[in-house]
Amino acid sequence: MSTLAALASGVAVSARDVTKVYRRFLHKHQFRTLKSALLTGSLLSDLRPDQTFTAVDGVSFDVPRGSTFGVIGENGSGKSTLLKLAAGITRPTRGRLVVEGRVSALIELGAGFHPEISGRENVYINGIMLGLTRRQVEERFDEIVAFAELERFIDAPVKTYSSGMYARLGFAVAIHVDPDVLLIDEVLAVGDEAFTRKCLDKIGEFRRRGKTIVIVTHSLALVEKMCDDVLWLRHGRVADHGDPKRVVDAYLTYVAGGEDALLAQEHAQAAEAPAEPAETEDEGRYRQGRWGSRDVEITSVRLLDDGGRERHVFVPGESLTVELAVEARQPVEDFVFGIGVFTSDGVSVYGTNTDIEDFKAEGAAGRGTVRFVVQELSLVEGTYLLDVAAHRRDGTPYDYHRGLYSFRVKSRTKDVGLYRPRHRWEFAGGVRVSPPAPRAELDLHDLDDGEGQPPLPDDDKPAR
Amino acid sequence: MIAQIRTLFRYRLLVQSLVGRELKARYRGSVLGFFWSFINPLLQLLTYGLVFTVILPGRHSPEMQPYLLFFFCGILPWTFFQSSLVESSGVLIAGGNLIKKVLFPAEVLPVVTVFSNLAHFLLGLPILLAFALYAGRLKPAALLLPLPLLVQLVLTLGLVFVISALTVHFRDIQSILGHLMHLWFFASPVLYYHQDVPERVRQVLRFNPMWHIMISYQEMLFHGSFQHWRGLLLTGAVALVTFGVGLLFFDRLRDTLAEEV
Repeated sequence: MSTLAALASGVAVSARDVTKVYRRFLHKHQFRTLKSALLTGSLLSDLRPDQTFTAVDGVSFDVPRGSTFGVIGENGSGKSTLLKLAAGITRPTRGRLVVEGRVSALIELGAGFHPEISGRENVYINGIMLGLTRRQVEERFDEIVAFAELERFIDAPVKTYSSGMYARLGFAVAIHVDPDVLLIDEVLAVGDEAFTRKCLDKIGEFRRRGKTIVIVTHSLALVEKMCDDVLWLRHGRVADHGDPKRVVDAYLTYVAGGEDALLAQEHAQAAEAPAEPAETEDEGRYRQGRWGSRDVEITSVRLLDDGGRERHVFVPGESLTVELAVEARQPVEDFVFGIGVFTSDGVSVYGTNTDIEDFKAEGAAGRGTVRFVVQELSLVEGTYLLDVAAHRRDGTPYDYHRGLYSFRVKSRTKDVGLYRPRHRWEFAGGVRVSPPAPRAELDLHDLDDGEGQPPLPDDDKPAR
Repeated sequence: MIAQIRTLFRYRLLVQSLVGRELKARYRGSVLGFFWSFINPLLQLLTYGLVFTVILPGRHSPEMQPYLLFFFCGILPWTFFQSSLVESSGVLIAGGNLIKKVLFPAEVLPVVTVFSNLAHFLLGLPILLAFALYAGRLKPAALLLPLPLLVQLVLTLGLVFVISALTVHFRDIQSILGHLMHLWFFASPVLYYHQDVPERVRQVLRFNPMWHIMISYQEMLFHGSFQHWRGLLLTGAVALVTFGVGLLFFDRLRDTLAEEV
């Protein structure tokens, strides 16, 4: 379907194979003088790039009229460039991007303000800049000022405003332009919480009135809550597009996958780390290290999920198994295996060993395996360090690995503390609450299925 | 090109507001405020008057008497021309935020510079007219004043389009321009009467469009009869071509502006 045909059929924004190539100029050209450019006649060739950088690469999508469209992705993935293309601030190098109706872009709030003149005059000029007539600004003026909550300061020069006031006024003007298509680039992060809520309300009102919104943000919660459709950009290309929950989950899995790879690397390094002599115990400070006689050696440590796959990122409520491969150089009868979990700043979360739990050691010889199985991980989000040890009952170490392993717990519930007890809320009497929208925790099981393969939507999976 | 002119016309309200803002913001915080638009040309006049009537007196041909008024007729429009060019060279860089963050036709910015300076010119004009009236030099020829002004405006616009867009890529222009304008000043009949220039030099200087514009102003406001029709009309044609070329040039570089500023 061509862009124009798409517009005709109720689409507000239509992109077809949109590509934006930025040029980079080398320094020698940047500082070349006009004189030499004129003398050698290389004026126009100097304006050609030496290097190019493709910020947006062959992106196609349609935003149906009246829908809210989210764009997510890591920093530098081309989100903002895409928005600038939609706003018409830059033109695509290739492809077509057509927007129907009046566009207002909230890219930088108050970008057009002049610091020396009053808020009142800036409202007029900014409004005209965004496409209003003087009359229209006049009609909306009181509403704009009221929305920005700047009645008392509107006649003061804008340079006296705080950054919050500045952003409020910028948002107020832009939103009162009453566009058909509103483009928002991560601007809601400014201002206090009350104002952010007000902005969101206003955006909600926009949606109800059937306006089209394209929003670029890092706030996945916002995307999931507001958007009808989400586009995930990765290195300028469309990584996924579709139902918000599915795309956000796929994105989170991808991000977690990146972290997983990072932790796995650290893991590998730890295993290769040369044995260090037992160091003087530095109380209060958590130091990594490995020491012991190695009569019983822990040869490898693996973190496994309930499917037996090695992982380093877990979600609360999942099972986690610490698997130790051990080797007794000579048969021993006095041995204890221990586990300790610490937060990244060294606070002990949990520690136990086989002796504390009254296991009687009978004998170990040759190779063997020890597994510490946590049925349900009751931790809040964070990075945790792991101690594993084999030692005598009196504490003399065979092989002590202190903080050499780490894992990460990722959660969309932002609860705090060390420990998440299994719990529920109950309400009775005059207290009425609506239950939270059901949401699945991240599904990390599909991590190894290959990059870019989002997990299939699994709607009847119960909330965990 | 029609499309570009239409864009400019569509944004005339914005140009108007921005010029107003420019004028307001310029004198904000100064004691005399708007009066500076009157005082500036007067002080300038006083300085040059001191030089050419007290320090170097009696060296002017009779066509330039009274010299102060003669000089005023040239320096006021020249200042409009020179300030427009010099200020516009930095205007896109200074307004980079707008170009990058707001959907904004960049050519509005140099246009605003030119019109702000036009406003200063128009504020100074009554003083000049009052001087001419006082000296008994104000004749009906002064009614033709809009003609050279229009030619100058079109020429200036064409030049600032080129200068402002090029400066984004070659910042050196900002430094060169000051000297270039100095040279241009002496190549235009502001300080001197054009007939006093040796014939051979005049043959060369005739290619300077400001030559004809300055002569036109002087004839209309100082000599009281306008003879320089041919020169002014030719310059008008040159100005139109400059305007068109400037606008096309600006449009050609437009896409690089948002990325380079």
